[in-house]
Amino acid sequence: MAILEAINPALTAGWHQPDAWHMDRDSGWRLKDYEARGGYQALKKVFTDKLSQDQVIAEVKASVLRGRGGAGFPTGLKWSFMPKGAPEKYIVCNTDEGEPGTFKDRDLMRLDPHAVIEGMIIAAFAVGAVRGYNYIHGEIYELYQRFEEALAEARAAGYLGNNILGSGFDFDLFAHQGYGAYICGEESALLESIEGKKGQPRFKPPFPAQVGLYGKPTTINNTETFASIPYILRQGGQAFLDLGKANNGGTKLFSVSGHVNKPGNYEVPMGTPFAKLLEMCGGMRGGRKLKAVIPGGSSAPVLPGHIMMDCTLDYDSIAKAGSMLGSGAVIVMDETVCMVKSLERLSWFYYEESCGQCTPCREGTGWLYKLIHRIEHGQGRPEDLDLLDDVAKKIMGRTICALGDAAALPVISFVKHFRSEFEYHIEHKQCLVPPDVQKAGSTFHTRLMAGATC
Amino acid sequence: MLSEATLKNIDREVAKYPADQKQSAVMAALHFAQAEKGWLSRDLIGYVAQYLGMPEMAAYEVATFYNMYDLKPVGKYKITVCTNLPCALSGGVHAADYVKQKLGIDFNETTPDGKFTLKEGECMGACGDAPVMLVNNVHMRSFMTPEEIDKLIAECK
Repeated sequence: MAILEAINPALTAGWHQPDAWHMDRDSGWRLKDYEARGGYQALKKVFTDKLSQDQVIAEVKASVLRGRGGAGFPTGLKWSFMPKGAPEKYIVCNTDEGEPGTFKDRDLMRLDPHAVIEGMIIAAFAVGAVRGYNYIHGEIYELYQRFEEALAEARAAGYLGNNILGSGFDFDLFAHQGYGAYICGEESALLESIEGKKGQPRFKPPFPAQVGLYGKPTTINNTETFASIPYILRQGGQAFLDLGKANNGGTKLFSVSGHVNKPGNYEVPMGTPFAKLLEMCGGMRGGRKLKAVIPGGSSAPVLPGHIMMDCTLDYDSIAKAGSMLGSGAVIVMDETVCMVKSLERLSWFYYEESCGQCTPCREGTGWLYKLIHRIEHGQGRPEDLDLLDDVAKKIMGRTICALGDAAALPVISFVKHFRSEFEYHIEHKQCLVPPDVQKAGSTFHTRLMAGATC
Repeated sequence: MLSEATLKNIDREVAKYPADQKQSAVMAALHFAQAEKGWLSRDLIGYVAQYLGMPEMAAYEVATFYNMYDLKPVGKYKITVCTNLPCALSGGVHAADYVKQKLGIDFNETTPDGKFTLKEGECMGACGDAPVMLVNNVHMRSFMTPEEIDKLIAECK
């Protein structure tokens, strides 16, 4: 699915609308197309205007671009942490997009790989890196191959390699393919993975800016973050900030999945009302009632529909409502959804994907899944809800990386906002949402599991 | 143990990394080894490790850590279906059930003729295209309605 609609597009302006079924018929992603829509002008500007590293970083700071991978950390500030003068530094792009609900980087890589490359070259110049890697989600091998082709184009045109555009700046960039591990989206696990190891997160500090890839200073940003850089250097940081709202610069891609009429990616300014996004998605499928929204990928706390309808799409509004903007993955659920079954599936995911390094996460995610599984299968006990909360809270803050919190937050929020559904399951050994209602929407009811109550 | 073409592919990967970091190419090397042989035996993993000058155990750790490596023989066509929440909301579980019924196998099983293996997958980062399937780790198929599944199965000769 490609971008469906945009308001004041900065990232997707001029994109070709592809045939949803046929990647091989895509056009508009090659170097000549990218250059025709102003591509690589930002890089040229950096060199012809003889901008210093500090000036580039200042422009990115002025844009208030915040990390698009989920954490929302200010990008310019992150770049400024890189030590000056170290001889070997790296730039790494995190395209290991595996957070359930998130599929924006796939479209960026599909339709605009050169924007990612240009953003990475500018970042490399700003922090003084001579080599970069783009870590690409294992499941999108076809886009990994496309990225390799785009890299070859950029190299042939003199945008990569030695003495780029006669500036004296050397930088080369390579693609690294993942092979199916959610945890590698965590930046230090990703670095371990590039080093050819199991993707197990490292202790922080030291942060990658001090000790990163091969032990050298490294800056890691998300794909969409890099793709936002050319606009900022071309139009100015202030122009990017003005697209969004204070403290939330720019536009952002939102991946909308679930029970809407037109799932897909939408580019809207930060601060756009959620209700507007829902309208752009063609509203709720079958005109059914909105029940719940996970606003920022599966790790973000779920919000009841009526709370979400009052939110705007920016870091601050969603945080105030008790969740996270995260990666901008909006999972929409209607009244046909059983929240116990939904949480069971998410908990299985975190159990499967825990890297096993920290005991609270390795064991705790198993406990969470087993408890929810037994509630769902009519064997829940009244004390299970408190036990769930207890286990979840004992994982949080006790692990090396954020996967532990990511597994706990959905559990705590599902039980908090939809407690009556869990209680009903325990007491009546069946689902509060009648089977025929479920059948109308979600597809869980056919799951071949013995004893399932919905 | 591996063909010249596969070794050439591995050499190309090795060249992406600093000269003293050949181990960085192990994920790609295992990918190419698996693509040629169908699955990763202990001997094959050992061969790849030796080729890259790294301990066999370290290569084995990688092969067992990442989900897409097959440590046992699989069918000629491995079909992985995403059933994670966003996909399930738009038919992912239906799609998996349809494939199961059509092939007469459950997840982690192979058809008696050795043609198909079915796997349950985690998020492939394509939730807007649900239901989504991955064929042999490399080809993603979107909007897998029963008609599209029929087409896919027919294409797998």
